[in-house]
Amino acid sequence: MSVYFTEDHEWVSVEGDTGTVGITDYAQKQLGDVVFVELPEVGKMLARGDEVAVVESVKAASEVYAPVSGEVMDVNEALEDEPATVNASAEEDGWFVKVALSDKSELSELMDEQAYKSFVGGLET
Amino acid sequence: MTDTETTKDVETLSLDALHRELGAKMVAFAGYSMPIQYGDGIMAEHLWTREKAGLFDVSHMGQLEIRGKNVAAELEAHMPGDFIGLKEGRLRYSMLLDDNGGIIDDLMVTRRADHFYLVVNGAVKNSDIAHLNRHLPAHIEVRERADLALLALQGPRAADVLERLGAEVGLITFMRGSEIRLRGVEMWISRSGYTGEDGFEISIPAKKVAGLARLLLKDKDVRPVGLGARDSLRMEAGMPLYGHDLSRMSTPIEAGLAFAVSKRRKMEGGFAGFDRIDRQIKDGTKVRRVGLKLEGKRPAREGAPVYAGERKTGVLTSGGFAPSVDAPIAMAYVANEDAADGTELDVEVRGKRLPATVVAMPFVPHKYVR
Repeated sequence: MSVYFTEDHEWVSVEGDTGTVGITDYAQKQLGDVVFVELPEVGKMLARGDEVAVVESVKAASEVYAPVSGEVMDVNEALEDEPATVNASAEEDGWFVKVALSDKSELSELMDEQAYKSFVGGLET
Repeated sequence: MTDTETTKDVETLSLDALHRELGAKMVAFAGYSMPIQYGDGIMAEHLWTREKAGLFDVSHMGQLEIRGKNVAAELEAHMPGDFIGLKEGRLRYSMLLDDNGGIIDDLMVTRRADHFYLVVNGAVKNSDIAHLNRHLPAHIEVRERADLALLALQGPRAADVLERLGAEVGLITFMRGSEIRLRGVEMWISRSGYTGEDGFEISIPAKKVAGLARLLLKDKDVRPVGLGARDSLRMEAGMPLYGHDLSRMSTPIEAGLAFAVSKRRKMEGGFAGFDRIDRQIKDGTKVRRVGLKLEGKRPAREGAPVYAGERKTGVLTSGGFAPSVDAPIAMAYVANEDAADGTELDVEVRGKRLPATVVAMPFVPHKYVR
């Protein structure tokens, strides 16, 4: 399993041809308390960069963009009742969607964990 | 995800270093760099204020002293409150009005021994001062006290906290204020605030404010609270925010603030915008500010259109998730025919219609100590 990151603070964890997508711990800290997550329908075709979810915190609404292209195979329905899971476990239990990757070559344009860490480190200074 | 916060050239508060030390996330607001939240987050800060005591730095607000011959009557020409009848040490919520009855600002007016003390919104304090200077006669002095800071200590434990420090606040009931001396420092304390809770606002020399803030924060019941929770707390309390729920486009009557038009003033008039306001009191208004409770958990924000069936009836002027209600709430201006409590409306968020019901405000009962 490999995890990739975007400059917009999404992550995609890839196992075989399936990518699980969420937002990073850095992102959830920036957003603050998440009170609602709008998820797409299963079966939706996503192009990389499409809006995949909307996260509503107490403070504001933020769009989450698809880091990869593909069909939505599954959505994290547990977030409907427990949106705060995004705060508690952004990079594990707080995932948003599982996508059947349609173009794995897109992954090479994303950051690995180390690159993302230094990217975020640069933002915090 | 996208982050739309921008940083501009902004002034720093006297407590800037303390905010950063406390782990605040700072944002530009009203021309100042201000704490939007601290480490615990908006939700925790909000709930803490409703249960214990939250400390807010509201030093961005304008503190003005107005003095001169017949100052009460002169102020009455621009605001709908009864200031001639206001006793010393009492506060009154009021509004600065333009000739059309539009709201230039909402503010707190306190009568002190030899002047009136006004606390105005930070974002418009300079235009307020300009308006007052332009319209008050030359013998009335408008002095901005930029040398003062302003703290708010809000919540059910606020009085206990101050008593523990030796401040005798028991006699200062809701909407009263008094000068007190605490640990050798003179300050002005009023029992007032912007959360709907019991609480106090403390005006203190800026160079002394850090000492007082640190002293208050040592109390186990006190935590610092930022602008984020200040906004959700005031929304639950049904209190409008200037520049959002109030503007020159609305009158006190349309804004649901008729209580701020004092009885004598209603009969006698003699203030800016009286003709229009008098007509609205007698004949009603086309639109009204209402509270909305939304179904489900999805918050709607300022700017979202409101529908009565297929007919657009208004727009949200504030909206968000209300931690103490555990549901999304909003304020909107809607057509008068759709403003009755219990009216079912829809709010449009990202192309979806969310069912909402007009409800009486406040959303959370006020807990003032009168």
